[in-house]
Amino acid sequence: MRKLQIAMGITLGFILFSQAFAPPAHAQDGGPTDDEVNAIARELYCPVCENIPLDVCPTQACEQWRATIREKLVLGWNDDQIKDYFADQYGPRVLATPPAEGFNALVYILPPVLFIIGAFILYRVVRSWRVEKPIPKTEKVESHDPYIAKLEQELRRRDE
Amino acid sequence: MDSIENSTTDNYKESPGKARPKWGVVLVWVFVMGLLAVLGLGLVRSQRGSISVGDRVPDLILTTFEGKEIDFADLHGQIVVVNFWASWCKPCEQEAVELEQAYQMYKDQGVVFLGVDYVDTETEARAYLVKFGITYPNGPDLGTRISQAFRTIGVPETYIIGPDGRLAAVRIGPYISLDEIANQIETVMAEQK
Amino acid sequence: MVANIGYYALVITFLVSIYGAGAAAYGALKRKPEFVESGRYAMLLTWPLLTVASAAIIWLLATGHYEIGFVASVTSNSMPTYLKVTALWGGQEGSLVFWAWLMAAFTSAASLRKWDRDRELLPWFIMVTMITLAFFISLTVFFENPFARLWLSADGQQVAAMLQPTGAVPLNPPDGRGLNPLLRHPGMIIHPPALYLGFVAYVIPYAFAMAALITRRSDDRWIRITRRWTLVAWIFLSLGLILGGRWAYDVLGWGGYWGWDPVEIAALLPWLAGTAFLHSVMVQEKKGMLKHWNVVLIILTYALVIFGTFLSRSGVLSSVHAFAKSAIGPMFFIFIGVTFLVSLSLLINRWEMLKGENFLNSMFSREALFLLNNFLFMGILAVSFWGVIFPLLSELITGQKITVGPPFYERANGPLGLGLLILMAIAPLSAYASSSWKTIGRALWKPALVSLLVPITLYFGEIRNPIALMGYTVAALVAFVTLYEFWRGANARNRRHGENFPLALWRLVGRNRRRYGGYVIHLGVVLMAFGIIGIEVYQTETQATLSRGEQVTLGSYVMTYDDLSIFDTNDGRNVARAVVSVYKDGKLVDELYPRKDYYFDSQQAVTIPGTRSTLEDDFYVILVGLDPDSRSHATFKVYHNPLVNLIWIGGVVFIIGTVVAVWVNSDRRRWSKASPASAITQA
Repeated sequence: MRKLQIAMGITLGFILFSQAFAPPAHAQDGGPTDDEVNAIARELYCPVCENIPLDVCPTQACEQWRATIREKLVLGWNDDQIKDYFADQYGPRVLATPPAEGFNALVYILPPVLFIIGAFILYRVVRSWRVEKPIPKTEKVESHDPYIAKLEQELRRRDE
Repeated sequence: MDSIENSTTDNYKESPGKARPKWGVVLVWVFVMGLLAVLGLGLVRSQRGSISVGDRVPDLILTTFEGKEIDFADLHGQIVVVNFWASWCKPCEQEAVELEQAYQMYKDQGVVFLGVDYVDTETEARAYLVKFGITYPNGPDLGTRISQAFRTIGVPETYIIGPDGRLAAVRIGPYISLDEIANQIETVMAEQK
Repeated sequence: MVANIGYYALVITFLVSIYGAGAAAYGALKRKPEFVESGRYAMLLTWPLLTVASAAIIWLLATGHYEIGFVASVTSNSMPTYLKVTALWGGQEGSLVFWAWLMAAFTSAASLRKWDRDRELLPWFIMVTMITLAFFISLTVFFENPFARLWLSADGQQVAAMLQPTGAVPLNPPDGRGLNPLLRHPGMIIHPPALYLGFVAYVIPYAFAMAALITRRSDDRWIRITRRWTLVAWIFLSLGLILGGRWAYDVLGWGGYWGWDPVEIAALLPWLAGTAFLHSVMVQEKKGMLKHWNVVLIILTYALVIFGTFLSRSGVLSSVHAFAKSAIGPMFFIFIGVTFLVSLSLLINRWEMLKGENFLNSMFSREALFLLNNFLFMGILAVSFWGVIFPLLSELITGQKITVGPPFYERANGPLGLGLLILMAIAPLSAYASSSWKTIGRALWKPALVSLLVPITLYFGEIRNPIALMGYTVAALVAFVTLYEFWRGANARNRRHGENFPLALWRLVGRNRRRYGGYVIHLGVVLMAFGIIGIEVYQTETQATLSRGEQVTLGSYVMTYDDLSIFDTNDGRNVARAVVSVYKDGKLVDELYPRKDYYFDSQQAVTIPGTRSTLEDDFYVILVGLDPDSRSHATFKVYHNPLVNLIWIGGVVFIIGTVVAVWVNSDRRRWSKASPASAITQA
């Protein structure tokens, strides 16, 4: 039975090799599953297409790259090793986020820094606004009808 | 109009037009100018085509599939034909055989042929080389550094470097025939004399 | 012939808009109202002219005039007519004309209002809008001409030009290349127009703000004038973004709706600034605060619109959405440079004239919370902007191309989004000027207690993920607080006017459409939050190659591969269509037809998923690969997307809320009858 499966697998392989459509994954033969390949492919980007993750890219080239991931999994490589390999081969653009070294570390450092600076600025501005409290309305309004004071307030706001 | 507004706002101490903070203004200008600079430079970069004839080719290292390292700097004084290809590139196949033939024709005249495998997988690449019987050195474009240095747009592309280390001829797309390759190489050789 | 009419219409519009800008500015500077009027008529002339040009393009597209370069690049014989028409915005040239047409429509509509009280703003409004219009039209007249013909030059090259190049002969292709198959979808009809409407509509408030700055106005009249326009622009932008997500989910075949692609972010940035503006402008109207900030925000929103357009069309960034590299990049860069520099200079110069009354009584007053709201929106904006611009910066400095992808954005924007959700729960309970944490706490503790039931129930329902628990709880809290506001308001009306509950609710919303429309929008956001958390945290997927009759399992679903048929259609596709049966917990629930369509003319394939959608989840199947000869094996990718349909339902609620908020209020500032001041102020 196993020999028949292998034979079918090889025959299938030859047929698939000449297809125009992306050939399907190999028949289940105990190797890494498609899901395991996709789990890693999802964290990589297609080296030639624009911004398409490797697990969904439909081109033949991407098929080959997924097959490479499969090969490396068979060799026993882990996630990080495979990702490093791809980065070496095709450049850092295949990674979903740049490695935090050299200039690229800035992409991670700046947002929290900006957030803190922004929060500080906000704090200072709000503090200065709290200093300019209005002269309490009651001083003036005592001699006025409270409704008229409210009226003045409405009118001022209306401004039309 | 302004005075009317003022008189009805006696109750509230108005902040008369806050003075603009100097440092804020400087910061904003720096940011905007910086942004425009980045966008401008990015635009210029994206509008550039591949490197053109006469440009100096940067020093690069190609590591062949056999593991040998070839330094472009070592090749000064010779004519170098650099061909970018990939196993998944159908048009590349059109010129593969002709390139090998050209190599055989000119290798004794000191012309170096190098194949740079663009964004490819090793297994398929080796199969491609075997299929077309290519014997001159080929290696993967690690990290796409070489193609970025030449600013290639796609594959196949061929760049012929003169003995002075400057680009002497370019071919975007596949060569149509062996004659075309020969003509280009002959022209470059003639220019050197 | 038609092409010539269209082209000359464009040229005339270009000249007219330049004249309009010049005449208006001249009339303002020399105090000659007749020139301003002339400028206004010029402005009104642009829309009919552009309608002629657009009609010309549409006619050429629909009748398959492939000797025109643009027509050949976006249509083909096999496309249905409606798609040929929508191909107007399927390529750079046509979409620029469409953009200009929309802008002319909006500016004309804005200029038809009564200007009596704002006479001095008019000329500058005309100048700003006409310069912008002239710029966009200049791109089509000089660079990306939709009417350029195809010629075969003497050395065999295909050239597109308006006038015959020497030695070239006209080319008459029998067929075109056709629209990118991914765009051949009903979403093409509304997503790009909605986005463009949103982008273009922001020109109006910008022009008013510029006019107000130029004329040294210190009041906020311009905000009142443009309030409706800003809301309309924002509605269309929101609609465009939601539709884009839905379309991506339907057609791109990766089970997702938002990929943090640079062009998507380019459309998100103005939306973020616009939403911040929507909130902070309420503070300006109620308390006279934040005048400087609101002018900054409106300029920022418009600047981001132009910036986003530049990014998408200049070829500077790599993206799945980007238009092809073209010559308009440098022109656009000049325009964006001029816009930024002029706006910034004007703003800084007039800064001191913007009188503001800025004071805060309490950190928990509604003004303070709106400030916090703005801060968080600006935070998301800053993070997303940084992520988009960084690859460009990094490549300039290091020479290496990098990708800044979803993990960056999700990790940074997630907490900020959560912060906004929390604000949505607290802010409705706060009041202007007063409010302390005590008053809010008193109002909040009951809904908070009720919403604690949510994590408890979920926890016992096997949901343990801390992000999901936190997100669901806060979202539920927002829902409770918002619904409570409706109940409270209706109840008050019920007690005061004796109206029964449904009527009270109706009148409540009717009398205060902006506030309650806003609350409906918040409820829509809550639903979307539920959906987003569901799919982001709990999506599962699997891929398997199956032979006929074989099955694959995902969670409580089982899918069997039944059949595959391959056939050609009469609209130029080769379709591979699989039939699969879906079982849930053992019972057959659906039959799905995932397929792969290969388009002959553009030599591209599109995968259309087969989906079973319920309120609870989506079972989403893609045909990834197949073996056309034996048809025995096919590879499928199966996704289980919990709660994803809440995103679309939430989107619908969102849009309903926006319609409520913008619906013309016949009585604008009605005060409740109890206040005697209203007897006098009701005009």
